[in-house]
Amino acid sequence: MALLSKKDTNLILDPLADNNPITIQVLGICSALAITAELQASCVMAVSVIFVMGLGNIVISLMRNVIPSKIRIIAQLIVVATLVIVVDQVLKAFAYELSKTLSVFVGLIITNCIIMGRFEAFALGNGVWRSFLDGIGNALGYGVILIIIGFFRELLGSGTLFGFPVLGDPIAKTGLYAFGYENNGFMIIPPAALIVVGVLIWVQRSRNPALIEEA
Amino acid sequence: MHELKLKYQGKKMAPAFNAFHTFLFTPDETTHGVGTHVKGADDLKRTMNTVIMALVPVLLFSFFNTGYQHYSAINGFPENFSVMEHFLTWDNFWLGLITVLPLVIVSYGVGLIVEFIFAVIKGHEVEEGYLVTGMLVPLIVPVDTPLWMLSVAVVFGVVIGKEVFGGTGMNILNPALTIRAFLFFAYPTWMSGDKVWVHGAKDGVTQAGSADAITGETILGYLAQNKEAAYAAKFDISDMFFGFIPGSVGETSTFLILLGGLFLVFSKIASWRIMVSAVVGALAMGLIFNGVVDAGWIPEYSKFYGLMQFEFWKHLIVGGLAFGIVYMATDPVTGSQTTRGKWIYGFFIGFISVMIRVFNPGYPEGVFLAILLMNVFAPTIDHYVIQGNVKKRMRRLKKATIFPKDSEGKAAELQPETV
Repeated sequence: MALLSKKDTNLILDPLADNNPITIQVLGICSALAITAELQASCVMAVSVIFVMGLGNIVISLMRNVIPSKIRIIAQLIVVATLVIVVDQVLKAFAYELSKTLSVFVGLIITNCIIMGRFEAFALGNGVWRSFLDGIGNALGYGVILIIIGFFRELLGSGTLFGFPVLGDPIAKTGLYAFGYENNGFMIIPPAALIVVGVLIWVQRSRNPALIEEA
Repeated sequence: MHELKLKYQGKKMAPAFNAFHTFLFTPDETTHGVGTHVKGADDLKRTMNTVIMALVPVLLFSFFNTGYQHYSAINGFPENFSVMEHFLTWDNFWLGLITVLPLVIVSYGVGLIVEFIFAVIKGHEVEEGYLVTGMLVPLIVPVDTPLWMLSVAVVFGVVIGKEVFGGTGMNILNPALTIRAFLFFAYPTWMSGDKVWVHGAKDGVTQAGSADAITGETILGYLAQNKEAAYAAKFDISDMFFGFIPGSVGETSTFLILLGGLFLVFSKIASWRIMVSAVVGALAMGLIFNGVVDAGWIPEYSKFYGLMQFEFWKHLIVGGLAFGIVYMATDPVTGSQTTRGKWIYGFFIGFISVMIRVFNPGYPEGVFLAILLMNVFAPTIDHYVIQGNVKKRMRRLKKATIFPKDSEGKAAELQPETV
């Protein structure tokens, strides 16, 4: 027997492409714009969200029969807030510089629509294993987009990837900079992320016209 | 040519061929002579060509001014300035030609390649919109803008500013200004400061008989640093009006822009309402700032003082305000469509331009930002103007007395027409 049934595999794979939380459902845009100026920050954010969503979906799924439906949002908030505080404290303890770059946006994972959305839409009505897969899948879909945006923004905006200069040294004028190339300051500021997200949405929908919404 | 067109009809490259075809020849598919068709000669291409004609004097002037600013920065400004002797010289023209023409060629070349690619992908005619954009772009950038930066910006502006919305006529933002805004935010060191407005300053060309590199600060630049005396020593009001000052390639000569504007108004290509109301808006904001200074609400050491005390009407003759108002704000696609909307739209362009100019800490110019902002608001303005009109007519309908002999049916018929 395979490790995952076909239905379970889809739980992970769908959010990566045709049901992506950012490009298709257009959720979680706020953090995708704010912290993607550097690839490293994007990766850390992606890992944090994977952690929070995987565990959060498990916890909610376990409690789904005991949470009164009237106060379920509060219960969900407590779960996600607890997990986010864990992430925040770990970052502060072991990667202080990074946690300063991410600043308030780690805390704002609490309000990330993707997480609450998956709690509401999936974990409250499905078993533990499937909820876990769904959480991981959606967080991966979110993380992939974050990393793509981070890649382009850091490469074009700072000429580096993970902080390593890949296009040469802008001050000593080596590599590409010797030919008069300059970093694109526009890619550093958040509006550029919005445009990159827009281009991703555009590319994805022209490759698969079935995704285009009715006007 | 017409036979060739038929031969290639339906082929992949047909749009590319047709573009060149109708650029030079009248198409053979015209409406037949009998019937009630209204025939106008002013199709999109004719409209675009008229705007380009209005831009030609500005472009020619920019050749001379580029050379004049360059040589004056090296040798000092001439004592007794005479237009024939110091300005309209072959040296000036030649230098301007070899620095400005590449900008024009790159702008057109790159932009048209993008347009052709999109036309072939979408399988329809190449749109003419880029004809004007391609000419505006080199005129609103500093003269030493590197050509690769210009290409990147043009690709960005045409794709993101226009093609994603569906091409010419569908764009929300003016593509030329999108290109300039992209350059401004992406490469600020090449778009502001005192080194970019004169050819050679960035490469460290030195003044004659000294080791100092040449600089060319714009008048607004001087004012932003509260150095009013520094520019007053170099330029007087007629310099500003006729355009013998540093600045973006084509924006300096208010006089020629005014002529171009008049030409556009009389050929009914551009809206005089937008132009007039934008001027009024700029004057109003300038007057408010002057009033603030006169009232003594702002101390002389404030960094806004220099620009605030600048006489209100002089805002019109320095910087890109005149160019923006005449050639950019009047873009029929991105501006307001309704008559009352045009007044509001234009007024706020002038008003906000001067406001940004004074309060922008990075760079004392705000025309392109103001126009882009109002581009975004233009549909909203139109919506409320139309709604206002609908409401007014509804009220009129309510008050109207319907004569007894009119049956109910007739009144109901009248209703949609009055609305």
